[in-house]
Amino acid sequence: MTKVKTSKPAVAKKDSTRSYLKRYWQLYLLLSLPLLYLLVFKYIPMVYIQIAFKKYSIIQNVWEMPWAKNHGFEYFIQAFGSNDFRRALRNTVVLNLMDLVIGFPAPIIFALILNELCFKRFKKVVQTVAYMPHFLSWVIIYSLALQLFAPGEGLVNMAIERLGGSSIPFLNDAAHWVGTYIGVGVWQNFGWGSIVYLAAIAGINSELYEAASVDGAGRFRKMWNITLPGIKPTIVVLLIMNLGNILGSNFDRPFAFQNNLVMNVADVISTYVYRTGIKGLQFSLTTAVGLFQSVVGVLFLLMANWLSRKLGERGIW
Amino acid sequence: MKVKSTSAKIGDWVFVLICVLISIICVVPMINLLAKSLSSTDYLVKNAVSLWPKGFNLDAYKTVLSDPKYIRAFFWTVFLTVVCTLVSLTMTVLCAYPLIFDKLKGRGVINIIITITMFFNAGTIPNYLLMQNLGLLDNPLVLILPSCLSVYNMIIMRSFFYGIPDSLRESAEIDGASFIQIMMKIYVPLSKPVMATLALFYAVGRWNGYSDALLYMKKTEFYPLQLLLYNIINNINSVEVATQEGFSSPGLTASLKAAIVMFSTIPILCVYPWLQKYFIHGVTMGAVKE
Repeated sequence: MTKVKTSKPAVAKKDSTRSYLKRYWQLYLLLSLPLLYLLVFKYIPMVYIQIAFKKYSIIQNVWEMPWAKNHGFEYFIQAFGSNDFRRALRNTVVLNLMDLVIGFPAPIIFALILNELCFKRFKKVVQTVAYMPHFLSWVIIYSLALQLFAPGEGLVNMAIERLGGSSIPFLNDAAHWVGTYIGVGVWQNFGWGSIVYLAAIAGINSELYEAASVDGAGRFRKMWNITLPGIKPTIVVLLIMNLGNILGSNFDRPFAFQNNLVMNVADVISTYVYRTGIKGLQFSLTTAVGLFQSVVGVLFLLMANWLSRKLGERGIW
Repeated sequence: MKVKSTSAKIGDWVFVLICVLISIICVVPMINLLAKSLSSTDYLVKNAVSLWPKGFNLDAYKTVLSDPKYIRAFFWTVFLTVVCTLVSLTMTVLCAYPLIFDKLKGRGVINIIITITMFFNAGTIPNYLLMQNLGLLDNPLVLILPSCLSVYNMIIMRSFFYGIPDSLRESAEIDGASFIQIMMKIYVPLSKPVMATLALFYAVGRWNGYSDALLYMKKTEFYPLQLLLYNIINNINSVEVATQEGFSSPGLTASLKAAIVMFSTIPILCVYPWLQKYFIHGVTMGAVKE
C-alpha cells in the first residue's frame, strides 16, 4: 500500500493507515467538494421521491406526510388512468422512436459522405458549417423554424406559394408538426453526431482500402465492406445508449416547439410534469410519473446493455 | 497516389455537390433571419424578404442595443456563463484528478456513487422541492449551483488525465511534490486542450439553457437571455414590461425579433469555429471511454 515500512508487525496496520492518510488526504480533500455537490443535488432529491407514495402536504415534513391510498400506489394508478399522462407517455415513445429511426442514421450517412471528400480544406469548412446548428439553443432554433415555416410569411411557404402550391401548416397541424419536429432534430444533430463516426473511420486500417482497391473494389463496395464494418462497434454502442433512452425526455426541445394546436402529439412526459406538477401543483402525481420514467429508463438501459453484450459487442460499461 | 479514373472523378464532384447542398441547408435559416433583421418593416409585412435584406437599415439593432432590458440580460448571461464555466471546470478537475490514482482507497465506491447519478435522476419535482428547501428559488445561485458538475464531462477529463504518463507524476512525487502541487503544476497545464473543450461545453450549456430558469426563477431581472427570448418569441410579456413599454399582443416587429435572435446567437457562433479541433477530440474521447 505505502512505501513507508514499519518495523513492528503488531502496529503495522494502524501505522500504514495513518501513513496512507498522511500521503493521500489531499486527494480526499479535493474530492470532498464534488461529492458534496452530488450528495446535495443528486442524492438528497431522492429523499423526496417518497412523495410519489405519499399525500403531499405543504406544511408537513416529507417523512411525516401520510401514505397515499392503495398501499401508497394511488398516484401511479391515477397517472395511468389519466388521459393526459397516457398521451404524454405515447408521445414520448413515438417521438423518441422517430428520432431514432430517422435521426440516428443521419450522422452515419453524413460521416460516410464526408469521408469520400478528397479536398481537405473544403471538408473542414463543411464540418464547421454542419456543427453550427448544435450550438444554437432550442429557443433560437424554434424562432428560426418560425421564420422559415410560418404560414404566409415563412420563407418555405413563400416559396411554395410562389410555385403555385398552397401554404403548409408546418407548425400548427399535428402530422406536419411531428415531421417538422423530427426534421429539425436531424438538422440540429447530424453534424455534431458525425464527429464520433469520423473518428471511428479514421481509426480504420488504411491497408484494407488499398487491398480492396487492388482487388478492384469501387467506392460503394469499400464503403459497405470496410467502412461500415469498421464503425459497427461505435454504431452499436450509440444505438444502445439511444435505445436505453427511449423513455427519456429532453425538456428544452419539445417545450420550445409546442403550441396549443399540437399538444395532442407534442406533449411529452417532461412537459407534462412541468405543466401538471410545477404549474398545476400536483406534486405527488408528477413525482410518481418522474419515478416511473427514471426506473423504466434504468431498466431499458440495463436491457440494452445486456443485449449488446449478447450480440458480442462491448457494453457501455 | 494513383491516377483516378474519370468516373471516380465525377463521383468526387457528386460528393462535393451533396456537401454544398447540406451546408446551404445549415446556413439558410441564419441568412434568412439576418436578412429579416436588416430589412425595413415595409418589405417584411409584404413578405418580400428572403435571403437578401430589402430596405437595408440597422434600426432593429439600434433598438435592441439601446434597450436596457436586452443589454442587461445580455451582460447578465455573459456573467452567468463565465462564472458557471469557471466553477464547473474547477469542480470537474477536482473530481477527475483524484480518481486516476489506483491506490486511492474507496475509489471503486466513489466511482459507483458518481455513475449512479448519470443513469438515475430523482425527477423534476424532487429537484424543485430541494431548491425550495434550500431557499434557492428566485435566488440567482440556482442558475449556477445545480448544474456545476457534469459527470459526462468529468469522464472526458478523467480519460484525458489517464493519458498523461504516470512517470511525470511519479518523478514529481519523488521530488517531494504534494498531490495538489502535482495537479496544479503538471495536470492542469497539460490539459489545456480538454479544458478548452469542456469550457466550451459548459459555456454553451449555460448560454443556451433556459429550463432551469423557467422552473426556478420568477424574477425577470435574473432571466437569462434565452428565457427572455422565449417569452419574446411567444409574445409572453411580463406584466412589468407590458405596462412600462406598452407592448400589446401582436408583439414586436419581425425585424426586431430577428435582431434579438441574432444578438443572442452571435457570441457562440463567433467562438466555436476556433475551438473545433479541441472539441472534436473531446467528443471522441467521451465516446471511446474505457
